[in-house]
Amino acid sequence: MVPLSWYLIFAALLFSIGLFGVLSRRNAIAILLGIELMLNAVNINLAAFWRYGQDVTQMTGQVFAIIVFAVAAAEVAVGLALVISVYRRRNTVVADDINMMKW
Amino acid sequence: MTGGQIIFLLVTLFTLGSGFMVVTTRNLVHAALWLVSTLFGVAVTYALLNATFLAVVQVVVYIGAIAILFIFAVMLTRKDMRDQGPQMNPNWWLGALLSVLVFVGLFLLLQGWSGLSTTVADLPVGFDSISELGNALVSPDAYVLPFEVASVLLVAALVGAVYVAFNRK
Repeated sequence: MVPLSWYLIFAALLFSIGLFGVLSRRNAIAILLGIELMLNAVNINLAAFWRYGQDVTQMTGQVFAIIVFAVAAAEVAVGLALVISVYRRRNTVVADDINMMKW
Repeated sequence: MTGGQIIFLLVTLFTLGSGFMVVTTRNLVHAALWLVSTLFGVAVTYALLNATFLAVVQVVVYIGAIAILFIFAVMLTRKDMRDQGPQMNPNWWLGALLSVLVFVGLFLLLQGWSGLSTTVADLPVGFDSISELGNALVSPDAYVLPFEVASVLLVAALVGAVYVAFNRK
Protein backbone atom coordinates (compact mmCIF):
# COMPACT_ATOMS: atom_id res chain seq x y z
CA MET A 1 0.00 0.00 0.00
CA VAL A 2 0.93 3.67 -0.02
CA PRO A 3 3.80 4.52 2.37
CA LEU A 4 3.58 7.55 4.65
CA SER A 5 6.19 9.45 2.65
CA TRP A 6 3.89 9.79 -0.37
CA TYR A 7 1.30 11.63 1.69
CA LEU A 8 3.93 13.88 3.24
CA ILE A 9 5.49 14.79 -0.12
CA PHE A 10 2.03 15.40 -1.60
CA ALA A 11 1.25 17.75 1.32
CA ALA A 12 4.62 19.51 0.94
CA LEU A 13 3.92 20.10 -2.78
CA LEU A 14 0.44 21.47 -2.06
CA PHE A 15 1.91 23.71 0.64
CA SER A 16 4.54 25.06 -1.77
CA ILE A 17 1.90 25.78 -4.42
CA GLY A 18 -0.15 27.68 -1.83
CA LEU A 19 2.93 29.58 -0.70
CA PHE A 20 3.62 30.61 -4.30
CA GLY A 21 0.06 31.91 -4.57
CA VAL A 22 0.38 33.90 -1.35
CA LEU A 23 3.69 35.44 -2.36
CA SER A 24 3.02 36.32 -5.98
CA ARG A 25 -0.67 37.14 -6.52
CA ARG A 26 -1.70 40.80 -6.49
CA ASN A 27 -5.37 40.35 -5.65
CA ALA A 28 -6.06 40.08 -1.89
CA ILE A 29 -8.73 37.40 -2.45
CA ALA A 30 -6.26 35.32 -4.47
CA ILE A 31 -3.84 35.55 -1.52
CA LEU A 32 -6.57 34.13 0.73
CA LEU A 33 -7.06 31.28 -1.80
CA GLY A 34 -3.35 30.45 -1.42
CA ILE A 35 -3.71 30.40 2.37
CA GLU A 36 -6.56 27.88 2.01
CA LEU A 37 -4.29 25.58 -0.01
CA MET A 38 -1.61 25.78 2.71
CA LEU A 39 -4.13 24.96 5.47
CA ASN A 40 -5.35 21.97 3.48
CA ALA A 41 -1.79 20.68 3.09
CA VAL A 42 -1.37 20.84 6.87
CA ASN A 43 -4.62 18.94 7.36
CA ILE A 44 -3.49 16.15 5.03
CA ASN A 45 -0.38 15.75 7.19
CA LEU A 46 -2.46 15.59 10.38
CA ALA A 47 -4.80 12.95 8.95
CA ALA A 48 -1.86 10.92 7.56
CA PHE A 49 -0.05 10.95 10.90
CA TRP A 50 -3.27 9.82 12.61
CA ARG A 51 -3.64 6.87 10.22
CA TYR A 52 0.03 5.82 10.23
CA GLY A 53 0.60 6.45 13.95
CA GLN A 54 1.30 3.78 16.55
CA ASP A 55 -2.23 3.78 17.99
CA VAL A 56 -5.07 4.46 15.59
CA THR A 57 -7.56 4.75 18.49
CA GLN A 58 -5.73 7.91 19.59
CA MET A 59 -7.81 10.57 17.81
CA THR A 60 -5.51 13.57 18.35
CA GLY A 61 -4.71 13.99 14.64
CA GLN A 62 -8.35 14.13 13.56
CA VAL A 63 -9.32 16.44 16.44
CA PHE A 64 -6.47 18.76 15.49
CA ALA A 65 -7.66 18.72 11.87
CA ILE A 66 -11.20 19.66 12.96
CA ILE A 67 -9.84 22.60 14.99
CA VAL A 68 -7.92 23.67 11.87
CA PHE A 69 -11.22 23.56 9.94
CA ALA A 70 -12.82 25.89 12.49
CA VAL A 71 -9.86 28.29 12.44
CA ALA A 72 -9.85 28.30 8.63
CA ALA A 73 -13.55 29.16 8.52
CA ALA A 74 -13.01 32.00 11.01
CA GLU A 75 -9.98 33.26 9.06
CA VAL A 76 -11.83 33.30 5.74
CA ALA A 77 -14.86 35.08 7.22
CA VAL A 78 -12.77 37.85 8.79
CA GLY A 79 -10.40 38.10 5.81
CA LEU A 80 -13.13 38.44 3.22
CA ALA A 81 -15.01 40.94 5.41
CA LEU A 82 -11.84 43.04 5.59
CA VAL A 83 -11.36 42.82 1.80
CA ILE A 84 -14.95 43.90 1.16
CA SER A 85 -14.64 46.74 3.68
CA VAL A 86 -11.40 47.96 2.07
CA TYR A 87 -12.97 47.68 -1.39
CA ARG A 88 -15.84 49.88 -0.25
CA ARG A 89 -13.49 52.62 0.97
CA ARG A 90 -10.65 52.47 -1.54
CA ASN A 91 -12.29 50.80 -4.55
CA THR A 92 -9.41 48.33 -4.94
CA VAL A 93 -8.52 44.81 -3.86
CA VAL A 94 -4.91 44.90 -5.08
CA ALA A 95 -2.71 44.23 -2.05
CA ASP A 96 -0.04 46.71 -3.21
CA ASP A 97 -2.52 49.60 -3.27
CA ILE A 98 -3.83 48.97 0.24
CA ASN A 99 -1.34 51.17 2.07
CA MET A 100 -3.59 53.14 4.40
CA MET A 101 -1.50 52.18 7.44
CA LYS A 102 1.76 53.20 5.79
CA TRP A 103 3.12 56.32 7.41
CA MET B 1 2.28 -0.81 -8.32
CA THR B 2 -0.82 -1.85 -6.51
CA GLY B 3 -4.29 -0.51 -7.16
CA GLY B 4 -4.21 1.68 -4.06
CA GLN B 5 -1.01 3.36 -5.22
CA ILE B 6 -2.42 4.06 -8.68
CA ILE B 7 -5.56 5.59 -7.16
CA PHE B 8 -3.43 7.69 -4.81
CA LEU B 9 -1.28 8.97 -7.68
CA LEU B 10 -4.32 9.86 -9.79
CA VAL B 11 -5.91 11.76 -6.89
CA THR B 12 -2.61 13.52 -6.19
CA LEU B 13 -2.15 14.58 -9.81
CA PHE B 14 -5.72 15.87 -9.96
CA THR B 15 -5.35 17.81 -6.69
CA LEU B 16 -1.95 19.31 -7.47
CA GLY B 17 -3.00 20.25 -11.01
CA SER B 18 -6.09 22.03 -9.72
CA GLY B 19 -4.03 23.69 -7.00
CA PHE B 20 -1.60 24.96 -9.61
CA MET B 21 -4.50 26.36 -11.62
CA VAL B 22 -5.79 28.13 -8.47
CA VAL B 23 -2.60 30.16 -8.16
CA THR B 24 -2.02 30.80 -11.87
CA THR B 25 -5.45 31.41 -13.45
CA ARG B 26 -6.09 35.03 -14.36
CA ASN B 27 -9.84 34.99 -13.83
CA LEU B 28 -10.58 34.85 -10.09
CA VAL B 29 -13.97 33.16 -10.49
CA HIS B 30 -12.18 30.36 -12.34
CA ALA B 31 -9.56 30.27 -9.58
CA ALA B 32 -12.31 29.83 -6.97
CA LEU B 33 -13.84 27.00 -9.04
CA TRP B 34 -10.40 25.34 -9.32
CA LEU B 35 -10.19 25.68 -5.52
CA VAL B 36 -13.42 23.65 -5.31
CA SER B 37 -11.83 20.84 -7.32
CA THR B 38 -8.63 20.98 -5.22
CA LEU B 39 -10.69 20.72 -2.03
CA PHE B 40 -12.57 17.78 -3.51
CA GLY B 41 -9.26 16.04 -4.22
CA VAL B 42 -8.22 16.61 -0.60
CA ALA B 43 -11.57 15.13 0.53
CA VAL B 44 -10.81 12.00 -1.52
CA THR B 45 -7.38 11.86 0.15
CA TYR B 46 -9.09 11.87 3.56
CA ALA B 47 -11.32 9.04 2.39
CA LEU B 48 -8.22 7.08 1.28
CA LEU B 49 -6.84 7.61 4.80
CA ASN B 50 -10.06 6.18 6.36
CA ALA B 51 -10.80 9.59 7.92
CA THR B 52 -14.42 9.45 6.78
CA PHE B 53 -15.69 12.24 9.04
CA LEU B 54 -12.98 14.61 7.80
CA ALA B 55 -13.87 13.78 4.19
CA VAL B 56 -17.54 14.66 4.74
CA VAL B 57 -16.70 17.81 6.72
CA GLN B 58 -14.30 18.83 3.95
CA VAL B 59 -17.10 18.65 1.39
CA VAL B 60 -19.72 20.32 3.61
CA VAL B 61 -17.63 23.06 5.24
CA TYR B 62 -14.89 23.79 2.73
CA ILE B 63 -16.71 23.28 -0.57
CA GLY B 64 -20.18 24.15 0.70
CA ALA B 65 -19.32 27.21 2.75
CA ILE B 66 -15.79 28.54 2.30
CA ALA B 67 -15.53 28.19 -1.48
CA ILE B 68 -18.98 29.72 -1.95
CA LEU B 69 -17.95 32.60 0.34
CA PHE B 70 -14.91 33.13 -1.91
CA ILE B 71 -17.09 33.25 -5.02
CA PHE B 72 -19.37 35.80 -3.34
CA ALA B 73 -16.40 37.94 -2.34
CA VAL B 74 -14.95 37.82 -5.87
CA MET B 75 -18.27 38.93 -7.33
CA LEU B 76 -18.70 41.73 -4.76
CA THR B 77 -15.28 43.25 -5.39
CA ARG B 78 -15.15 43.90 -9.12
CA LYS B 79 -16.45 46.73 -11.21
CA ASP B 80 -16.76 44.62 -14.36
CA MET B 81 -16.28 40.92 -14.99
CA ARG B 82 -13.04 41.33 -16.97
CA ASP B 83 -9.70 41.16 -15.20
CA GLN B 84 -7.44 43.80 -16.59
CA GLY B 85 -3.79 44.32 -15.70
CA PRO B 86 -1.30 41.73 -14.52
CA GLN B 87 -2.47 39.26 -11.89
CA MET B 88 1.04 38.55 -10.60
CA ASN B 89 3.54 40.71 -8.77
CA PRO B 90 6.43 42.06 -10.87
CA ASN B 91 8.75 39.94 -8.71
CA TRP B 92 6.65 36.78 -8.85
CA TRP B 93 9.73 34.76 -9.75
CA LEU B 94 11.08 35.48 -6.26
CA GLY B 95 7.94 33.90 -4.80
CA ALA B 96 8.36 30.90 -7.13
CA LEU B 97 12.01 30.52 -6.12
CA LEU B 98 11.14 30.73 -2.43
CA SER B 99 8.36 28.13 -2.69
CA VAL B 100 10.65 25.75 -4.61
CA LEU B 101 13.27 26.25 -1.90
CA VAL B 102 10.68 25.53 0.81
CA PHE B 103 9.69 22.32 -0.98
CA VAL B 104 13.32 21.23 -1.35
CA GLY B 105 13.92 22.02 2.32
CA LEU B 106 10.88 19.99 3.42
CA PHE B 107 11.91 17.13 1.12
CA LEU B 108 15.45 17.02 2.55
CA LEU B 109 14.02 17.22 6.07
CA LEU B 110 11.75 14.25 5.33
CA GLN B 111 14.64 12.29 3.78
CA GLY B 112 16.51 12.38 7.06
CA TRP B 113 13.57 11.08 9.11
CA SER B 114 13.53 7.40 9.99
CA GLY B 115 9.73 6.98 10.25
CA LEU B 116 9.24 7.89 6.60
CA SER B 117 8.71 4.40 5.18
CA THR B 118 6.09 3.46 7.80
CA THR B 119 3.44 1.34 6.18
CA VAL B 120 -0.16 1.42 7.21
CA ALA B 121 -1.49 -1.04 9.79
CA ASP B 122 -4.93 -2.54 9.38
CA LEU B 123 -7.70 -0.91 11.37
CA PRO B 124 -8.67 -2.91 14.48
CA VAL B 125 -11.72 -5.14 14.01
CA GLY B 126 -14.92 -3.29 14.88
CA PHE B 127 -13.12 0.06 15.05
CA ASP B 128 -15.49 2.97 14.44
CA SER B 129 -13.51 6.14 13.88
CA ILE B 130 -16.56 8.41 13.96
CA SER B 131 -17.75 7.34 17.42
CA GLU B 132 -14.15 7.44 18.71
CA LEU B 133 -13.82 10.98 17.34
CA GLY B 134 -17.12 12.05 18.88
CA ASN B 135 -16.09 10.66 22.25
CA ALA B 136 -12.72 12.38 22.03
CA LEU B 137 -14.36 15.73 21.24
CA VAL B 138 -16.68 15.76 24.27
CA SER B 139 -14.77 13.72 26.83
CA PRO B 140 -13.33 15.77 29.72
CA ASP B 141 -10.21 13.55 29.63
CA ALA B 142 -9.63 14.43 26.00
CA TYR B 143 -10.43 17.50 23.95
CA VAL B 144 -13.59 19.14 25.26
CA LEU B 145 -11.78 22.36 26.19
CA PRO B 146 -10.12 22.97 22.76
CA PHE B 147 -13.47 22.10 21.16
CA GLU B 148 -15.30 24.76 23.21
CA VAL B 149 -12.53 27.30 22.60
CA ALA B 150 -12.84 26.66 18.86
CA SER B 151 -16.59 27.31 18.98
CA VAL B 152 -16.08 30.57 20.92
CA LEU B 153 -13.45 31.59 18.36
CA LEU B 154 -15.86 30.87 15.51
CA VAL B 155 -18.64 32.96 17.08
CA ALA B 156 -16.25 35.83 17.80
CA ALA B 157 -14.85 35.73 14.26
CA LEU B 158 -18.29 35.72 12.63
CA VAL B 159 -19.58 38.58 14.81
CA GLY B 160 -16.38 40.45 14.00
CA ALA B 161 -16.79 39.76 10.28
CA VAL B 162 -20.34 41.16 10.32
CA TYR B 163 -19.11 44.23 12.22
CA VAL B 164 -16.20 44.85 9.84
CA ALA B 165 -18.22 44.45 6.65
CA PHE B 166 -21.28 46.35 7.95
CA ASN B 167 -22.13 49.38 5.83
CA ARG B 168 -22.59 52.38 8.16
CA LYS B 169 -24.20 55.38 6.62
